[in-house]
Amino acid sequence: MQTAGIRSTGAYIPMLRLSLGAISGGRKASGGSGERAIAYFDEDAATMAVAAATACLEGIDRSQVDALYFASTSYPYREKQGAALIAKALDLRREVVTADFADSTRAATVALRAAVDAVRAGSARNALVVAADCRPAPPRSPLERNFGDAAAALLVGTEEVAAVFEEQVFLAEEIIDVWRTEWDRFVRSWEERFVVERGYSENVLQAIRALLEKTGARPQDFSKLVAYAPDARSLAGVARAAQFDPKTQVQDPLFGRLGNCGAAFAPILLVAALEQARSGERFLWANYGDGADALVVHTTEAVQRLAKRRGVQWHLARRRELADYDRYLNYRALYPSDGDRRGGQGVSATVHYRDRNEDIAFHGQRCRRCGTEQFPFQRVCFQCFARDDFEEIRLADRQGKVMSFTFDYFAGSPDPPLIVTTIEVEGGARVYLQMTDAVPEEVKLDLPVEFTFRKIHEYGGTPNYFWKCTPVRSIGW
Amino acid sequence: MNPEAIRDKVAIVGMGCCKFGENWDKAPEDMIVEAAFEAYEDAGIDEPQKQIEAVFCGAVYPSKGTAEVADALKLFGRPVSMVQNYCATGTDALRFGVFAIACGMYDTVMVVGFDKPKDRGVSGPSAVTTGVRGLPMTPAGWFALCAARYFETYGASREDLAKIAVKNHHNGTLAPKSMIKKEITVQDVLQAPIISWPFGLYDCCAQSDGAAVAILTRRELAKSFRDDYVLIRAITIALGPNPQSDPSFDFLRWKPTIYAAQDAYRQAGIANPAKEIHVAQVHDCFTLTELLTYEDLGFAEKGSAKEHIAAGTFELGGELPVNTDGGLKSFGHPTGATGIRMLYENYKQVQGKAGPRQVKNATVALSHNLGGAPQTCGIAIVTMP
Repeated sequence: MQTAGIRSTGAYIPMLRLSLGAISGGRKASGGSGERAIAYFDEDAATMAVAAATACLEGIDRSQVDALYFASTSYPYREKQGAALIAKALDLRREVVTADFADSTRAATVALRAAVDAVRAGSARNALVVAADCRPAPPRSPLERNFGDAAAALLVGTEEVAAVFEEQVFLAEEIIDVWRTEWDRFVRSWEERFVVERGYSENVLQAIRALLEKTGARPQDFSKLVAYAPDARSLAGVARAAQFDPKTQVQDPLFGRLGNCGAAFAPILLVAALEQARSGERFLWANYGDGADALVVHTTEAVQRLAKRRGVQWHLARRRELADYDRYLNYRALYPSDGDRRGGQGVSATVHYRDRNEDIAFHGQRCRRCGTEQFPFQRVCFQCFARDDFEEIRLADRQGKVMSFTFDYFAGSPDPPLIVTTIEVEGGARVYLQMTDAVPEEVKLDLPVEFTFRKIHEYGGTPNYFWKCTPVRSIGW
Repeated sequence: MNPEAIRDKVAIVGMGCCKFGENWDKAPEDMIVEAAFEAYEDAGIDEPQKQIEAVFCGAVYPSKGTAEVADALKLFGRPVSMVQNYCATGTDALRFGVFAIACGMYDTVMVVGFDKPKDRGVSGPSAVTTGVRGLPMTPAGWFALCAARYFETYGASREDLAKIAVKNHHNGTLAPKSMIKKEITVQDVLQAPIISWPFGLYDCCAQSDGAAVAILTRRELAKSFRDDYVLIRAITIALGPNPQSDPSFDFLRWKPTIYAAQDAYRQAGIANPAKEIHVAQVHDCFTLTELLTYEDLGFAEKGSAKEHIAAGTFELGGELPVNTDGGLKSFGHPTGATGIRMLYENYKQVQGKAGPRQVKNATVALSHNLGGAPQTCGIAIVTMP
């Protein structure tokens, strides 16, 4: 049996924050103050998953990834796999085993267990677990104040392992506490006291106690409890009951800064803990949703590599406040407007199929005769007119610069104006792209940009994905 | 290629143009009939069913296509065909008519350009979304893509563009068939809401309905129709690469215009267009399009357009008046009709019948369309015999 553990981590938090006060419309409401992260109108669970996974795979040979497990309760399709889409956007090899772990906030730890089992058994060299959620909550509801949108990724492998999993307890439970049926537009929940007492606290405590019993460890053997929480107070209650010091021994659940990000919540808190961890620390990592689980995570010397990346802290610092609640509603297509951006016929599935290397994997091509790089795919070279003599190149990891731009107020964006650019990608290919996570004031000629996987539009009621550009944000920003 | 193959061989002997505008009470057929019967009368054609031997149509949004024209005019039992080439559609239809005469197959043909976009329920060109990569995009957004880099390189600004709109609005007040007859000021242009930066409302041409018709014949037969016929000296279409993916594009010009101008001037034997062309109708779908066209057609050195704008070179009474009838700005842009509408103005100018818009001694006139991303350009040059 191989020693399987976390080789790499990735996190993604969208740039925008909405203050909890804006959600309650200035009325006094329970659940604390601060803000939550909100996905932009062109983001969803799949796009955020691609962003977190891309960060996680930085410096990793993608051909060595044999499995991709996607954990989410809010991936837009009811039927049609998210993991396969994400694998395509990440340019993983065709033989990658893909699966969606869905329907529960606990999906990510279950996916992680499957990944660890696969690596230990030798059926996968590396398995990528990526969790993302953008859960729909009723406007101005307590759930809307509670939730946050985010994604986290963990690469499980046997080399350069930064943390190993030592023991684990998984418990299943049948309970109707938080749910969303096929016909529900928003997440629903039973009364809060029941949800916390009989759902969350009871199950998580049972899992923690079972783990302590199984391992013979005591709470003081752990540097931190890293746990999913419906709210900060309930987490403190569980910590106290399990004899962890709520002040010093609990990973900050980020309420008031991020929010409860569903299936991505437990993993993003672990990523945050690992970013600041030293070698030899033990975390008790607990998750909840239709049961509970608890795992021992033990860091190695390699954990210090994880601090030097765009992780949770970087994303928390990269923020822009959205002051206008109506605009947020419009992002979610919840604001009455004259245009139905999910209407119409939508894109042709056959065109999407033919163009998937360009549109989803963001491949361009390089002419083998003259070296000119171009996008989209051509049969005849723009420069030397050679026929069918190209190699595919991956553009997504490169940077580019703004060749030209306009701000289009007429194009029907949910957040006008639409910033339209022509980008020269490093190497010379030109791509006509929207810019996202940016305001007109910062757009200028030759501005360095990077690429991000987004929804380009939703005509026909389906999320239609393509890449956009966004200004390069420095690590220190 | 033989650049002289059609030079001065084909004559325009009659033209018609309906009133352009939001023609709510007119069907495409109504506009076609109005333009065609004006052209019949102008050419002295009493029996079109006998005299018109073939019809070449251009329309981008036809509801039926060639039958719209054949049914409206009862021109049956002869070829009626239709071409589409973005905003150069009308000019391309004319080109096929010219070839049909020049090759000797027909004596007299008719060219019909028309479009009825105002029946579609949108006030501007619709934002088209064709595929996943086909982002919601607008013509204003496409044509704006040269603005930032041109402004930075040559120091031009929105004020320079505004002066073009002011000029064309003024000229439009003098054209009987224009849609918009309203003087505007530079301040009006600069203060209007932005459509797609740097274009505000007045930097964009309007949408309108319209139809225009030309009747062509062999030069040798032209005298039998009228004394003041007008000759086609050159006509061409050229395409350029998609500026959004062309790896060598510099965003300072529109390549299709440069390509088409090269060919048109070769056909016409023109070495110094700024001196040898006396009046021009150019594609002012957006003000920047007209500015770049001054340079791309060789009316001004690259980068010097703003000095010429300031000096009034292209105003009525300037050295080379451009868009003497008010252009797309004043007529709107029923795509298929526009090229023929421009020809109508040049025909009147060369004949000396342009009324208050008349350019003195205008014997060589150029019309220009630019369309698509933009990727296609059409140019026609007409002269006095």
